[in-house]
Amino acid sequence: MSDDHHDHKPTGLGRWLFSTNHKDIGTMYLWFSFIMLFIGGGMAMIIRAELYQPGMQLVDPDFFNQMTTLHGLIMVFGVIMPAFVGFANWLVPMMIGAPDMALPRMNNMSFWILPFAFGTLLSTLFMEGSAPNFGWTFYAPLSTTYGPASTDYFIFGVHLMGISSIMGSINVIVTILNMRAPGMTLMKMPIFVWTWLITAFLLIAVMPVLAGVVTMMLTDRNFGTSFFEAAGGGDPVMFQHVFWFFGHPEVYIMILPSFGIISQIIPTFARKKLFGYSSMVYATASIAILSFIVWAHHMYTVGMPLAGELFFMLATMLIAVPTGVKVFNWTATMWKGSLTFETPMLFSVAFIILFTIGGFSGLMMSITPVDFQYHDTYFIVAHFHYVLVTGALFAIFAGAYYWLPKWTGNMYDETLGKVHFWISLVSVNVLFFPMHFLGLAGMPRRIPDYALQFTDFNQMASIGAFVFGGIQLLFLYIVIKCIRGGEKATDQVWEGAEGLEFEQLPSPAPFHSFTQAPEVK
Amino acid sequence: MSTNDGYYIPEPSKWPIIASLTLFVTVFGAVNTIHGTSFGMPILMIGLISVLAMMYGWFSTVVAESPSYNGQVDVSFRMGMMWFILSEVMFFAAFFGALFYARVLVMPWLGGAGNNAMTHEVLWPTFEAVWPILTNPDNTAFVAPKEAMGAWGLPAINTLLLLTSSVTLTIAHHALRKGERAKLNLWMIVTLALGVAFLVLQVVEYMHAYDDAMGLTLASGIYGSTFFMLTGFHGFHVTIGGIMIAVMLVRCLKGHFTADNHFAFEAAAWYWHFVDVVWLGLFIFVYIL
Amino acid sequence: MGDGMSVLLRTIKAISLMFVSTELFAAAQMDLTPGVTAISQEVYELHTLILWICVIIGAGVFGVIFISIFKHRKSKGAVAANFHDNMTVEVLWTVIPFLILIGMAIPAAKTLIKMESPADDAEVTIKITGYQWKWNYDYMHEGFNYFSNLAQSSKDAVNSDNPKDREGINYLLDVDNRMVIPANKKVRFLMTSNDVIHSWWVPDFAVKKDAIPGYINEAWTIVPKEGVYRGQCAELCGKDHGFMPIVVEVKSEADYAAWVAEKKGVAAAAAAGDSKTWTMDELMAKGKDIYNASCAACHMAEGQGIPAAGFPALKASAIATGPVAAHLDIVINGSKVNPAMAAYGAQMSDADLAAVITYERNAWGNNTGDAVQPADVKAARK
Ligand code: HEA
Ligand code: HEA
Ligand code: HEC
Ligand code: CUA
Ligand SMILES: [Cu+2]
Repeated sequence: MSDDHHDHKPTGLGRWLFSTNHKDIGTMYLWFSFIMLFIGGGMAMIIRAELYQPGMQLVDPDFFNQMTTLHGLIMVFGVIMPAFVGFANWLVPMMIGAPDMALPRMNNMSFWILPFAFGTLLSTLFMEGSAPNFGWTFYAPLSTTYGPASTDYFIFGVHLMGISSIMGSINVIVTILNMRAPGMTLMKMPIFVWTWLITAFLLIAVMPVLAGVVTMMLTDRNFGTSFFEAAGGGDPVMFQHVFWFFGHPEVYIMILPSFGIISQIIPTFARKKLFGYSSMVYATASIAILSFIVWAHHMYTVGMPLAGELFFMLATMLIAVPTGVKVFNWTATMWKGSLTFETPMLFSVAFIILFTIGGFSGLMMSITPVDFQYHDTYFIVAHFHYVLVTGALFAIFAGAYYWLPKWTGNMYDETLGKVHFWISLVSVNVLFFPMHFLGLAGMPRRIPDYALQFTDFNQMASIGAFVFGGIQLLFLYIVIKCIRGGEKATDQVWEGAEGLEFEQLPSPAPFHSFTQAPEVK
Repeated sequence: MSTNDGYYIPEPSKWPIIASLTLFVTVFGAVNTIHGTSFGMPILMIGLISVLAMMYGWFSTVVAESPSYNGQVDVSFRMGMMWFILSEVMFFAAFFGALFYARVLVMPWLGGAGNNAMTHEVLWPTFEAVWPILTNPDNTAFVAPKEAMGAWGLPAINTLLLLTSSVTLTIAHHALRKGERAKLNLWMIVTLALGVAFLVLQVVEYMHAYDDAMGLTLASGIYGSTFFMLTGFHGFHVTIGGIMIAVMLVRCLKGHFTADNHFAFEAAAWYWHFVDVVWLGLFIFVYIL
Repeated sequence: MGDGMSVLLRTIKAISLMFVSTELFAAAQMDLTPGVTAISQEVYELHTLILWICVIIGAGVFGVIFISIFKHRKSKGAVAANFHDNMTVEVLWTVIPFLILIGMAIPAAKTLIKMESPADDAEVTIKITGYQWKWNYDYMHEGFNYFSNLAQSSKDAVNSDNPKDREGINYLLDVDNRMVIPANKKVRFLMTSNDVIHSWWVPDFAVKKDAIPGYINEAWTIVPKEGVYRGQCAELCGKDHGFMPIVVEVKSEADYAAWVAEKKGVAAAAAAGDSKTWTMDELMAKGKDIYNASCAACHMAEGQGIPAAGFPALKASAIATGPVAAHLDIVINGSKVNPAMAAYGAQMSDADLAAVITYERNAWGNNTGDAVQPADVKAARK
């Protein structure tokens, strides 16, 4: 244990506004993400309610499109990414034996930009005309020539998020490369730290490209440029290339940290070391590198030359190999372990299985000629919710349960945790599994109303959605209850837990993790 | 807050949140300026000025603290600056990517190449795929320029100016490391002057381009779009780099920095070299080829 | 449709069906359609192949996971082994998936190459243009073209509270004018768009191609079976993206020829219509049809518009009740400020424009009494 010293925490509102503390900033990130989950989830509920039966009942088509757009944007940029930055803030310094992040003031700025960015985005709902209504992928010319006036707010909102992400990832990289305790070599770092290091590289490489593409949108809309207009020698498809050059790595940005979280949790509850540590690291790096050369698998139907379609198909298929390595390694870690199933482990096991299902549908879509049929149908909606909800979001749940005792010093309510897990597990599959059938049967995505033969599965999905949404209120309750009290957690928290944060720090962890460099074997 | 055993952790600070706020005010002003609202411009100005004031305040704090920094903090700053520059490289990469895509793929396609024979035949029968494009596919919606921007006039001079400024900056840096303060100050002034000269010439070039005789504007099709976006953002970065150099000059004159502790100076220098390298890319791909 | 319970039952049925056979799958509308063309069947086989490979790999991996879950539990006294590395298996599970992938890539590439082969030898060429929110089919070599809108029966049923109204009408999958093609002939499609990106998709042909403004994409099909095939726009294209279906009718060669002749006749009649003088009643009747097909999506059936979404009311509007010239101008040339109001001059004949403008000026209490004639439109075109 590091020696007990007085935590002089700043008090009052200033503690949060002016914070330079990685834990406080991490907490703010996590709460921000949680609030956004409820806003973005609420929008999903509106979508599911309208789709409960054929015909237009609740909202008009344009508002429906706004909901789809904002739901996608908020979930991606407001929920998953900030949640992972929150985890990185809390855990990276503790895991590598540092007192704090390398650039604490910049850290605070990265966070405080977010409320402004999302305030801007959400305020578009109240603007004249309409909020952004062109999907989270905002393809030109629907978003340029035909976009509502609020699009310009959206553009600047994206710029703000980009600045925040870039600063956040610079901070993570510098912390990991420069703040490790003596003896903590790169290949000794916990996998979570590794995945975040690689994620941060991805972010630095692609967020500026997103900034570039929205800037081109801005000038096409307002200053007469013709990047995306054939009449001036541009091309709407160019928008898609630049967007997906960002967009595809972005989806791995949302999954690599989950891989990290799962790789921490499985060994703990298997009471067995992670199988294939180094191949995990190499697999993560391969996924990241490959992610730069597969972007056009989102655009098979735009009329690319045949050579392009073939190349992007083959490159995309390759990603199954390193991802498979990870899945097999987790399986091998569980094999012949001594398993127990506390809530974090339950979510992790569900993650492995359900993420793999999502990966399989991804692989199916990578096959160009078949994707002509899948593209822009609910099959894709099913795919990405499997990788994002039962993937990224489940990993976030798992991680939250796993580290909450370390963060708060109290155990969460295990019974309630299990209830949360089982109801979520069942309802999420009722919610998203039928979407595969809908897509295969021909239901396009982003439509507010559908032909009668799609009714049954849509009703099923909607019912699943209401249950899944409702049960997240229980999660909120569990978290609050755990913060306010409960059985005291031991320092190690879990019987099989390893790593500096469990072995060398008390629960709750002190305000400044390590004021002296810890010993690393 | 505390420095124990070599770790340095800064006190809570009001600057980050002020920074977020000023950024927000700036973009809010920018949108409203674009939308032509009456309060747009004033808010944008307030935003920009407060960003500058914030940076002054934040960096002053850092400068004041810097004696208590240790080697680790210095390395963190260096790494931070390097990765920031990488992100800037990627920002330019997006626009270079757009330029290559438009030139190498889109233009031939509009002219009927690849599987686009019908695009040409049915939609743009008169379009000819020649770069720089002097007749756009729809030349009434986007009026193409009368001529392209040559490489060997002002742009060549500008290339020389910027390359020279990188050399003079390096001379200044060496002087700083040797403690030759007078030489340092002199070469810093020269560097700044070269940077300013570059910007002035660029403005002259733009005026020439926008002149009716040439008619090269943002709105003159993809050639104008890529030309101005690339050179414009580059010019913007030269301006920022120039401000950095100017601040460093003032600090040099005030006697800041020591022979072996001058991170801020080096950061500004790296940035300046980065801007220089981008220009080389521009000169080759936008002007010469 | 049904209550919670029957949905639950159907869920169970559906999930159990998955394990029975792929035929049942298709019957329950759960699987991809095999379609009717040679290509679509190849695509379906590829889909089935990959699906099963995934199912088998999944069964293997999940099987191992479940075995550990049940056998290697601490509560059953399992003690953790301590291996955490094994070069051989790691190489194996890198190489084997790689080989499996190659096995998928080869047939996939073959099919893809077939699909993307040029269609210069096609016997019929149709230019498909996407509009917000309808399709235009231009039979380039026959010299006629027409629009295809969502059928009125569906439009009427969208906002209805009575679900029965949506039954038996191919709700959202029916149009006023179908695309017609001959069976057993190579048909070439040239896709483009007038405004935003749309995507023309008929699952039974396995044809989905984006319609991109300013570019022309190509696709082709040979349909061996006569019949009616339905699809939908598959790229988000704005408010009514969900309401722009596609219906293709495949006819025998003789029926197709007859249909073409008839269409040519209609085109000739339309040309004649442009040069005659119409009565008020004729204009109003024709105008109402055109209005409902082309304008009501934004300005709504009763001319009330959707002001909140930026679509102005035409009922009692300044332009629709003011001078005819301004009305002609905005409809022919489009709005200068809002591209959503397109230039209809390029899309409609003089008679059509005359009729729709007359209708707007006299319906819903806009009783201006003006009867705009094709000749007026012709004069207003520049
Ligand atoms: C976390 C996010 C995430 C992740 C991890 C993935 C992972 C993958 N995705 Fe997904 N994807 C999205 C998020 C994600 N995707 C989103 C959001 C969209 C929609 C965007 C939009 O349009 O709005 C999308 C869309 C999308 C498309 C476009 C479809 C279309 O629009 O037409 C494609 C096409 O190739 C694709 C492919 C893949 C592949 C091949 C993987 C692979 O990485 C999966 C690899 C994993 C496995 C294959 C399973 C485990 C492996 C084994 C057990 C080994 C053995 C297996 C075999 C050899 C088969 N994705
Ligand atoms: C990144 C992560 C992420 C997450 C977590 C989710 C979560 C959910 N998403 Fe999705 N979704 C996307 C990312 C995500 N989504 C993206 C990128 C798109 C594409 C957008 C586009 O096409 O542009 C999309 C699109 C999308 C569609 C398709 C829309 C269309 O094509 O028109 C649908 C439809 O069902 C849907 C549903 C849901 C549901 C029901 C949830 C649920 O899991 C949500 C559960 C959470 C809550 C419900 C919040 C908590 C609870 C409350 C708020 C209390 C109130 C509860 C009740 C009233 C019951 N999402
Ligand atoms: C995609 C949506 C859309 C469709 C379809 C559409 N319009 Fe419009 N229309 C608009 C919009 C938006 C405006 C407002 C334009 C502006 O502000 O300049 C408008 C304006 C008008 C006006 C001027 C109204 C006024 O008083 O300001 C007339 C007349 C009109 N449309 C007629 C038509 C006709 C006739 C058709 C069909 C042939 C049609 N519109 C189809 C969107 C549409
Ligand atoms: Cu047209 Cu969607
Ligand atoms: Cu992708």
